[in-house]
Amino acid sequence: MARAATTADAFNAVAEPRRRQILDALAGGERPVNELVHLLGLAQPQVSKHLRVLREVGAVDVRDEGRQRLYRLNGNALRPIHDWVKNYERTWSERFEALDVVLDELKQEEQGDDSGE
Amino acid sequence: MTVASSGSATLTLPTDEQILITREFAAPKHLVYKAWTTPELVKRWWNAKRGEVTIAEIDLRVGGKWRWVMIADGGLEVGFHGEYLELVPDERIVTTEVYEGLPDGVSEEEGGTVNTATFVEADGRTTLTLLIQAANKTSRDAIIDSGMEAGLQDALDLLEQVVLSLD
Repeated sequence: MARAATTADAFNAVAEPRRRQILDALAGGERPVNELVHLLGLAQPQVSKHLRVLREVGAVDVRDEGRQRLYRLNGNALRPIHDWVKNYERTWSERFEALDVVLDELKQEEQGDDSGE
Repeated sequence: MTVASSGSATLTLPTDEQILITREFAAPKHLVYKAWTTPELVKRWWNAKRGEVTIAEIDLRVGGKWRWVMIADGGLEVGFHGEYLELVPDERIVTTEVYEGLPDGVSEEEGGTVNTATFVEADGRTTLTLLIQAANKTSRDAIIDSGMEAGLQDALDLLEQVVLSLD
């Protein structure tokens, strides 16, 4: 595979299920660390470790507000993954567009049968 | 008559070994099932507009084999085959699927997938979910990579056309 096996890589960052959970949680909006700890049911040090990996690849951004550290999703960093699946998805999209045409004909044939033609 | 546009397919990766594709069609499920299980019809859509389907063999019974082959516009022949594991008419098709160009040393068990196509109808429209279950993450990723190559090939073909048009 062409991708380098380094942690500074969006693919690796999201390979861990807990980190995907964090991204899902942040997809709904900015959240403080303690909320993420609560949502994931993990100890704070573990959550912080995952957040650090996500920060390193730019998948999340952080800002301080008073005593709280707020994390939010940065979709651009996940773009390589989006692009990766996009081409495979396109193959199926093109098949399905051709299938639409076939289905349309089958529907018309059935309607033709119903009217006794 | 214009073909009702049913929107594009969405693809997600529910686990490290899976690919899930969903798509809605403006047709009842028995027609979608028919298009999926009738050789003459498969030949018309499975090419993804990128070539010609030369073989669409379907032995539609549990334990029966299938084999679909297409020749892409660039001349590359790609074939897949497998076996029907479960058939619920108009509702569900479970098959094994093996790409015939697996790299040397990759067994059919390791490189193959189990595909589950489910057709659910509501108000005359059908939602297809296609779950592709690979043996492991490496195989799953290789399948997605193959799409990458196809996409790249398209881009190169397009580039070629552009270059030729420049004289």
